[in-house]
Amino acid sequence: MVLQALAFYMFAAVTIASAAMVVVSRNPVYSVLFLILAFFNAAGLFVLIGAEFVAMILVIVYVGAVAVLFLFVVMMLDINIAKLREGFLDYLPIGALIGIVLAGEILVALGVFGHAPNTLTTLGATGAKVAQVENTRAIGQVLYTQYFYLFQVAGAVLLVAMIGAIVLTLRSRPGVRRQKVGEQLYRTKADAISVVKVPSRGGV
Amino acid sequence: MWTIGLGHYLFVSAVLFTFGVFGIFVNRKNVIVILMCVELMLLAVNINLVAFSVFQGNVVGQIFAMLVLTVAAAEAAIGLAILVVYFRNRGTIEVEDISAMKG
Repeated sequence: MVLQALAFYMFAAVTIASAAMVVVSRNPVYSVLFLILAFFNAAGLFVLIGAEFVAMILVIVYVGAVAVLFLFVVMMLDINIAKLREGFLDYLPIGALIGIVLAGEILVALGVFGHAPNTLTTLGATGAKVAQVENTRAIGQVLYTQYFYLFQVAGAVLLVAMIGAIVLTLRSRPGVRRQKVGEQLYRTKADAISVVKVPSRGGV
Repeated sequence: MWTIGLGHYLFVSAVLFTFGVFGIFVNRKNVIVILMCVELMLLAVNINLVAFSVFQGNVVGQIFAMLVLTVAAAEAAIGLAILVVYFRNRGTIEVEDISAMKG
């Protein structure tokens, strides 16, 4: 129990600290790396609570795809870091004010939620209970039966996003020599080669 | 203190969400960091969903967390593609210069 609590506090502290570093870091590359650290530690929190499948998905999808995409774009764009950091101190007071107000409101909401009678039990009574099986099997049993259309819609969202990203970034540059597959396929023997009768000792 | 309950997870999620909003307000010039702050906020939402799901013994919350993850991945891909196209056209990604649509 104590060991679990210590692990929770470690993962939570590193997650929050790296989230803070994402915000205040001077270099966007460092921001992306701290974002990756935050995702890893959030995955650790999920494993600790017993949601292994979501934790692994978090590592695969966020760290493996999204964070690498961020890193790729940050390194590909030639941006002036110092110029982007101008005005950080100007916006600090309003940002801190809004952050403090938001944090206070969320904590008040948490306090009210904690004191509401039987909130968790009444919430838990609705919705499908799952038998005591391992996490991945439980998710699969619900996802592929009850929420199958939602699963399909998620796939459609990803397909639309993929097509959109390709359409946005694809450009046709003039003056680039490309392979013309159609012309290659429609060549015939007649217009490609010609047989020449070479006379003896005459040359071509 | 040594028994980790729902409140601990909700607290972590609240702090993460606040950092996300704070980052959007502070980093007014850098679109990439703003996108990363949006990802932080979505992570906070996911922690909330998974914590409630586990402590209620109801697996539907984790399925919803996966859907949030899907939408976050799509959002990151489209957002970064728009960013690359904008940088190719204008040579800068400063938020205050983005006024082509005069909104």
